[in-house]
Amino acid sequence: MKLLTFKGGVHPPEKKELSKDSPLETFRIPEKVYLYLVQSAGSPPKLLVEKGEEVKTAQKIAEASSLISANLHSPVTGVVEDITKMFHPVLGAPSDLLVIKRTSEKDEWELLEPIDFESSDPKILIERVKEAGIVGLGGAAFPTHVKLSPPKEIDTLIINGAECEPYLTVDHRLMLEKTEELIVGIKIIMKILNVKKAVIGVENNKKDAIDALKKFSGEGIEVVALKTKYPQGAEKQLIKAILNREVPSGGLPMDVKVVVQNVGTAVAIKEAVVDGKPLIERGLTVTGEGVKTPKNVVARIGTPIEELIDFAGGYNGEVDRVVLGGPMMGIAVPNTSIPTMKGTSGILVLTKEVTGSIYTRNCIRCGRCVEACPMNLRPNVLYKLVQAKKYDEAVSEGLFDCIECGSCAYICPSKIDHVRHLKLGKKVYRALRRGK
Amino acid sequence: MMVRTFKTTTAPHVRHPDDTSKIMRDVLIALIPVTIFSGFIFGWYAWVLAIVGVFGGELTEYIIMRFFRKDKNFIPDGSASVTGLLLALNVSVKLPLWAFLVGLIFALVVGKHIYGGLGANPFNPALVGRVFLLISFPVQMTTWVKPYWTKFWMSPWDMVTTATPLAMLKEGGSSAINSLKISDFFIGNIGGSIGEVSALLLIIGFVYLMAKKRVTWHIPVSYVGTVLIISTIFWLINPEKFGTPIFHILSGGLMLGALFMATDMVTSPVTPKGMLLFGAGCGAITMIIRYFGGYPEGVSFSILIMNAFVPLIDSFTKPRKFGEVKQNG
Repeated sequence: MKLLTFKGGVHPPEKKELSKDSPLETFRIPEKVYLYLVQSAGSPPKLLVEKGEEVKTAQKIAEASSLISANLHSPVTGVVEDITKMFHPVLGAPSDLLVIKRTSEKDEWELLEPIDFESSDPKILIERVKEAGIVGLGGAAFPTHVKLSPPKEIDTLIINGAECEPYLTVDHRLMLEKTEELIVGIKIIMKILNVKKAVIGVENNKKDAIDALKKFSGEGIEVVALKTKYPQGAEKQLIKAILNREVPSGGLPMDVKVVVQNVGTAVAIKEAVVDGKPLIERGLTVTGEGVKTPKNVVARIGTPIEELIDFAGGYNGEVDRVVLGGPMMGIAVPNTSIPTMKGTSGILVLTKEVTGSIYTRNCIRCGRCVEACPMNLRPNVLYKLVQAKKYDEAVSEGLFDCIECGSCAYICPSKIDHVRHLKLGKKVYRALRRGK
Repeated sequence: MMVRTFKTTTAPHVRHPDDTSKIMRDVLIALIPVTIFSGFIFGWYAWVLAIVGVFGGELTEYIIMRFFRKDKNFIPDGSASVTGLLLALNVSVKLPLWAFLVGLIFALVVGKHIYGGLGANPFNPALVGRVFLLISFPVQMTTWVKPYWTKFWMSPWDMVTTATPLAMLKEGGSSAINSLKISDFFIGNIGGSIGEVSALLLIIGFVYLMAKKRVTWHIPVSYVGTVLIISTIFWLINPEKFGTPIFHILSGGLMLGALFMATDMVTSPVTPKGMLLFGAGCGAITMIIRYFGGYPEGVSFSILIMNAFVPLIDSFTKPRKFGEVKQNG
C-alpha cells in the first residue's frame, strides 16, 4: 500500500517507544489548580467569579468575550484562593492567573444537559461546543466552535491522528482506548459541518491504531495510513497528503473545502455533547529521557507540571530543559510551577545528552533546509533577509507562509536557529506595520 | 512540591547529529585515496604539498580568525583543510613550497575571508588560489612530470617533464595523443596536477560522499554529461582535431573539478534544478576554453565563471511556494 505524504519534511528519532504502550492513567485531583485566563488563541474570556468564591467542578468561571474566545470551567470543586499574575510560557509574559484550592476530594459536578446528537439541530450542537469551552487540543488551542462555523462550504472533515511530533503518544492512546468515543465525536462534527465524508489520517508508525479505527470505518468515515514524517500533522501538509489539495498562500483549510480537527478535540466534543462535560481535563504525554517512567495521563487543566513529572517517576539523569508539547515546536518553560493548559499535549523532559551543545556556524548553503521545508520556502534566504532587517523582501520571499515547524533548524548542519529568527521577523514586521 | 528552574531555549529542542565539521571531515576522507596515489606516481613531494595544504590551511585560518577577525570563540570547522588539500591536488608537483604557501594564503584571505569567511565567499577558494598561482607562476604551474609508478622516493626535480594530454591535443591534434591508452587516463598514469589524474580514485571518493549523503549527483552528472554531449558533437564533425569524448572526460581536471570543486556547497546553487543548470554551464564553458581558448584546460575558469552566476541561478530556480498557485494549479 502506498503511504500518503507531502514533499519535504524531516525524520527526527521518533522516541514514541518510551510511552506508547503505557495506557492512559488518570492523575489525582490536584490540591490546587492554576488556571491562566488565556487558555486559547484569541481574546481572554471575561472572569465570572471573585476571590473567595466557591466553585464546583465544571462550573463556568469565565465567559468568551469576543468572537474568537473560549469559555473556561473550574477543573475542581473548591474555592478561588487568588487571582494574580504569573509568567505565561506561550505569551512569554506575565498573565492573569486563577488559583483554585480544592476543598473536596470528591468532585461536585455541575454538568451540562446531555444531548442526543442524532436527533438534534446542528446549531444546538455547535452552541454546546462553544459552551463547553473546547479548543483545538493538538497544540494551537484555537477555539473549536469558530473552526466549526466556517463561512464557506465544506465537503470533507479531516481528523488529525498523525501525531507527528516525536515523543508524544497521547493521541495514539486515545485512538486505541477511546476509539468509540472518537467515532461518535467525528459523527457529531460531520453533523455540524453537514459533510458526508470524514478521513482520519494516522501515521504508519501507529498500525494498531489504524486497525482499531478501521473496525469502525464506513458510513462516510475512512481511515488512511500516512508516511511517518515530520510535520505530517501540520494542517496544510495533512490536507495535501490526504486530498492532494493545496491551501492557498495566506488561506485557511476552508478555502479548499476542508476542516481539520485533532483526535483529542473530537473526543472532547463527544464528551461535551453526549455526557455534558465541559473541557476541564485532557490527556497528555509525560515523557522524555529525563523522567523515570514516561506515561500517558489524563490530568485536570491547571495541574502544575512538577506534580506530573513526579507522577512519571520523577527526574532521571542530567535534565537540560522541560518542554510543553513536542521537541520540534514545543515551548521550554522557565520553571516547573507552570501549570498545564488546554493546549498542552505533552510534558517533555529532555536530558543534556539529547539536546546536546549547539555551536552555530555560518550558513554553508548546503540546501538541506530548502529540501526539508514543507512549505517550499528557502529558509536560508529568509533567515538572511530577516537578519539584514529586510522585512519587506522577507515577506515577499514567503515569511508569513512559514508554519514554524522547525524542520529547517533541525536539519541545519550549521545549527542555525531559522525558526527563532523568522518568528522574530514576523513580530517586527507586524509591529512596524502597526506603527505606520 | 520542589519546583525546578530551567533555561528556556527556543524550538526545535532536538537537532540532527550532522554538523559542518563532519561534512568537511568526510570530504577529506574522500580525498585520501587520490592523495596517497599522487605520491606514488609523482614522488614524495606530492605528499608534502598535501600535508602542508591541510595543516597550513588550518593554521592560516586560525591566525586570520583569532588575530585579524578577533573571534575568541573560533572553533575550526575543517573547511580550511579542505581548501588546502584541494589546492595541493590542483597544482603541478613542480611548484616550489614557498609558492604553494603564497597561493594557500591568497586562497584563504582573498578567496574566503575578505568576503566574511565560510559561507560568504562567492568563488571556490581553492580555485581562486589555483588561478592566482597559474597567473603568478605560469612556468612552474604548467611544467608537468611524467608519472613514475611506485617510485615515491623520487624528487620532482629529478623527474622527466612531459606535456599534459590536453596540451598535446591542442598542439598536434588527435594524432598527437593516439599513443595514449584510455586505461592510463582512468588509473592516472598521465601528466597533470597531482590530484587530477586518476579518474578511478576520484570516483571512489565521490561515491563515498554520496553514500554518506554529503553530496548529490546533480552537478557532476550534468557537468560530465554536458562535456560528453559537446565533445561527441565536435568529434563527429572533425575527429582529427578535437579528440574523442572519452578522452575529454578523463583528461585534465574535469573529474576533480566536476566531483570535488564544482560541488562545493558554498559556491554552487541550492536546489537540484539549479545544480543541473550550474553543471551544464560549467561543462559548456570548459569545452569552449578547451576548443577555442588560449589555455589547453578550462575547468578552473569555467567553475569560477559559473560561481558568479550562482545568485542568479538561485533566484531563477526558486522553488514554487506551497499554495502559491491556487488549488491544484
